[in-house]
Amino acid sequence: MTIEFFAGRYPYILIAVLLAIGLYGMTMKRNLLKKIIGMTIFQTAIYLFFIQGAFKQGATIPVYSEEFGTDPTLYMNPLPQVIVLTAIVVGVAITGVALSLLLLTYRRYGSLDEDVIIKSMRESA
Amino acid sequence: MDGFLDLAPLLAILASAVAAVVVPITGEKRRNLRETWTVLAAVVKFTLIAMMIPGVLAGERYGMDLLEIAPGISLSLRVDPAGLLFATSASFLWILTSFYAFGYMRGANEAKQSRFFSMLAACLSATIGLCFSGNILTFVIFYEILSVATYPLVIHSGSKKAYEIGRQYLIYALTAGIALVAGLAAIYAVTGTLDFQPGGFLDADMGMGFLWMVFLLFALGFGVKAGVMPLQSWLPNAMIAPTPVSALLHAVAVVKAGVFGFVRLVGYIFGPELFGEMGAATFLAIFAAITILVASLIAITKDDLKARLAYSTVGHLSYIVLGIAILAPQAMLGAAFHMITHAAMKITLFFCAGAIYVHTGKKKVSQLDGIGRQMPLTMAAFGVGAVGLAGVPLVGGFVSKWYLGVGALDAGLPIYLWVFLLSGLLNAAYLVPIVTRAFLRSSPDHTRVDEASLLMVIPISITMLFALLLGIHPDGVFRFFSLAEAIVASVTGVTFTGGM
Amino acid sequence: MSQLPALIPTSLILAGLLSLLVGLRSLRAGHLIALTGTAAAFLLSVVGLVEVTSSGQPIRYAVGGWIPPIGIEFVLDHLAAYMTTLVTGIGTLVLIYAPRSIRHESPGKSALTYPSMALLVAGLAGMSITGDLFNLYVFLEIAALAAYALLATGDRAGPFATLRYLLIGAVGGGFYLLGVGFIYFSVGSVNMADVAARLPELVESRSVITGAVLMVLGLALKMGLFPLHFWMPDVYTNAPSSSAGLIAPIMTKVSAYAIVRLMLDVFPPAYFTEAIPIAATIGWVSAAGILFGSIIAIGQQDYRRMLAYSSVGQIAYVGLGIGLANPIGLIGGLLHIVNHALMKGLLFLIGGAIRWRTGLVRIPDMVGLGRKMPWTMYAFVIAVLAMVGIPPTAGFFSKVYLMIGAVQADAWVWFAVIILSSLLSAIYFFRMVEFVFRDVENESDAADDSATGGVTARELEGAVAGEVPPSMFIPIAILSAAVILVGVFNFLIVRALLEPAVAPLLGG
Repeated sequence: MTIEFFAGRYPYILIAVLLAIGLYGMTMKRNLLKKIIGMTIFQTAIYLFFIQGAFKQGATIPVYSEEFGTDPTLYMNPLPQVIVLTAIVVGVAITGVALSLLLLTYRRYGSLDEDVIIKSMRESA
Repeated sequence: MDGFLDLAPLLAILASAVAAVVVPITGEKRRNLRETWTVLAAVVKFTLIAMMIPGVLAGERYGMDLLEIAPGISLSLRVDPAGLLFATSASFLWILTSFYAFGYMRGANEAKQSRFFSMLAACLSATIGLCFSGNILTFVIFYEILSVATYPLVIHSGSKKAYEIGRQYLIYALTAGIALVAGLAAIYAVTGTLDFQPGGFLDADMGMGFLWMVFLLFALGFGVKAGVMPLQSWLPNAMIAPTPVSALLHAVAVVKAGVFGFVRLVGYIFGPELFGEMGAATFLAIFAAITILVASLIAITKDDLKARLAYSTVGHLSYIVLGIAILAPQAMLGAAFHMITHAAMKITLFFCAGAIYVHTGKKKVSQLDGIGRQMPLTMAAFGVGAVGLAGVPLVGGFVSKWYLGVGALDAGLPIYLWVFLLSGLLNAAYLVPIVTRAFLRSSPDHTRVDEASLLMVIPISITMLFALLLGIHPDGVFRFFSLAEAIVASVTGVTFTGGM
Repeated sequence: MSQLPALIPTSLILAGLLSLLVGLRSLRAGHLIALTGTAAAFLLSVVGLVEVTSSGQPIRYAVGGWIPPIGIEFVLDHLAAYMTTLVTGIGTLVLIYAPRSIRHESPGKSALTYPSMALLVAGLAGMSITGDLFNLYVFLEIAALAAYALLATGDRAGPFATLRYLLIGAVGGGFYLLGVGFIYFSVGSVNMADVAARLPELVESRSVITGAVLMVLGLALKMGLFPLHFWMPDVYTNAPSSSAGLIAPIMTKVSAYAIVRLMLDVFPPAYFTEAIPIAATIGWVSAAGILFGSIIAIGQQDYRRMLAYSSVGQIAYVGLGIGLANPIGLIGGLLHIVNHALMKGLLFLIGGAIRWRTGLVRIPDMVGLGRKMPWTMYAFVIAVLAMVGIPPTAGFFSKVYLMIGAVQADAWVWFAVIILSSLLSAIYFFRMVEFVFRDVENESDAADDSATGGVTARELEGAVAGEVPPSMFIPIAILSAAVILVGVFNFLIVRALLEPAVAPLLGG
């Protein structure tokens, strides 16, 4: 692989790394809070993917201005940004619910360690 | 009139289905009303079915397509000689069994009688339904309903043993059912049709591997109910059910449904020609022949009367299967007629066994010394059934065995004639001694004449007469012999002039 | 009625929000609003169903007046009408059922329950109806959030089990969203019809393939396809009966539906079978899942856990239909969506009824229930017959179609799997039938009520002769009738709705 390959794609590589870190945190960590942190990283990587994909060098916000005229290539594509905004709202809601479930779990089991909780769950069942 | 007769198959199915619902609603407390419903349904059903006999013999095929249940496949009812033959015998014997069951259930003071009569009616609905099914899907639907509706009857006593047997019964029955479903799916996927055709609708172009798979799936599905070894072991166990169930379902309706399945399989799905060509006939015949002999041998060893009769049933069902698998027109005629004669004889024997049990509490052959003095009529009927199964002339069994034997010779397979003859001897060996010891030996228990209740003795007498009539004048009762001839004619094209 | 597609989710969302506001003051009124909204959505769905089948044309609606493909589009076609009717119908029945059950199982926690139920149905109906790939994601997550809220209110382990479900769900949603991104950046649109029109030129593109794989993978996670099912048993076991009764029948199915939608209407015909082996993969994974779910279910003692493992197997039937990718196999899979929703909904509601009446959840304890609550147990027998696939109940026909499809596709292993799994499910369900109809020996009837925490005698007043109250029994009765009717008249559904839906497979 050449340097050019990485140079042209480094934002995507960064996003892929972030995705991997997020997934790693969600699957490999035993602590529930760390899992949630992993989830947030994973989600953020997806937002970045949309932003990066829609990025245009030198383009302006998608509101008509005299200076830029009617050439659409000079404006940013608004759709990915709308998508990301919506996705962020959804993501925040999920994180909120996750944290409240985390609290409830902690109150009932006195631990955030998945293995400890599962053990105590099996015992009471 | 013809328009009405097109509805008759549907009405015949509904008659007992309605009874299955009305009986439990009427409930245990209004016993007489409940029993009226059962009798009413049985009589209506039989009348509807009997009304179709002349037309069907004249070539009419009553029936209707109800609604489409799969692409190109309807819930279809078609009355042909094969279905009508089986349906007539089952519905006729249901009337007798109903009366007998009233006597039996009262005498034995059984619990949950509403459930019993309701499920019995449901079984009859399913049986008649599968008789009149015009295609494989309809057939399988009723076949499965029959399997499930029999389960509550098998576990009737509620004992631990009954539940274990019920479990075994379900495993066998559901395995059989799913095998049939698989078989029909395979046929449909390849041919796009499931309608029964006299002479069959599969052909050799479909590939031997495929045809053998279809055959094995269907043979598994029907073989379980027909008790072909090695699939028979549920049947003797199912004798734990009350005797009317053993008599009607496990000697006539349920087990013959399996045998009837083989009739449909050979005559109406594969066709005799293809069935012989692919070698499936030889395969099936070998299994059936082994079953006939082994079951008879086991029957000799059984001291429990119902168990002995059950093994006898296993053997006789395979007579029919063997007759079909021989493929000769005469053998097929014998097989079809044996469905009726065996039903008449075996139900008589079971009725007798039940009457003895309810009346004296005795279940074992070794306890029956001298019982002929106490219950002469019952044991006389037992004697008729016994010699009939052994193949003595003047009882129905002789006629069917005659044609089976002639067919075996016609087909150039004399070995099967020997199977029939040998098994006739074995039949005599395990049934006739019961009669002789009942009349010839004496026992302090049985000194004066004291028959079971009339509700049981009268049905016993009627089935005995039925068995005798079939032997003396085979076409005299509901034209069974002509129906059997019509089956053979439609499947093979061979007609018999004059008959017996 | 071109607004119809919009009215269905709108009435549900509105009902959910209003129900929340009112519910803070009066729970009863909150419930009534949620129920009314859902019932209205059901009626609208039925109207839509009739209209679509009679005209043969989908009803399209541009949200907010923005012309598609720029704006979001709702499309009520055959398949969407099929799904929304199912989803809102089950929703209505469960909402009728819920109050008594919830008051008994989790007293004092129900402020959020009814709004969440309405929103869950809204999310699922929205997923069914939307014609926009990204909008599908939004509805997917609305449904998921509502489901988390519903499930967490259950037993002690409820929140933990739900949290694990949430994490899986987030990954699933994330993958799907990522897939949408890949499709958008290579095709330039997220409108399904628009994407479908532009895709044929781009089928070779590697990022389209990546997008398709990611979207299907995400939906498969949400669908609970084996081996990604592991959250399911704990979640259903610890959830309140009515929540499980709402979520288990329809939630995973709608994700399966979304995969079918992608396969039929977004990607070119045969794309999932020829260009990339997605269908075959789903099929094999499903075949494994069917066996796994059925075998594990046999060993379960807890009724709800048994149902959960059974669900792992049953959802895989739908997967098998996708895997077969021929018209009749897919019809079988789609028909099984409705069949299984009815049966499994019925079984969970019966579980709730048993719990309400006796407090029992373990199968070996259920001996003699047939005498205590006969009508509920008759309904149970119907459900069992359907699960095992005894005709003429609904379960029989989907299996027949799948088997025919398997033969046509020469998929003999799958064919054998269907046969085997029917027998396995017979084992675990008939075992329970045997238990409930066996007579109790050496046990006094009076003793067990107090010991196991069932309802007290006072609460039982007003219930039908030892049965559950009408509000719980009527949904059970309706579902049992539906299980039989859908079986008998299955072909009407197939002809009117499913055959047009799978038409793209024929055209390909």
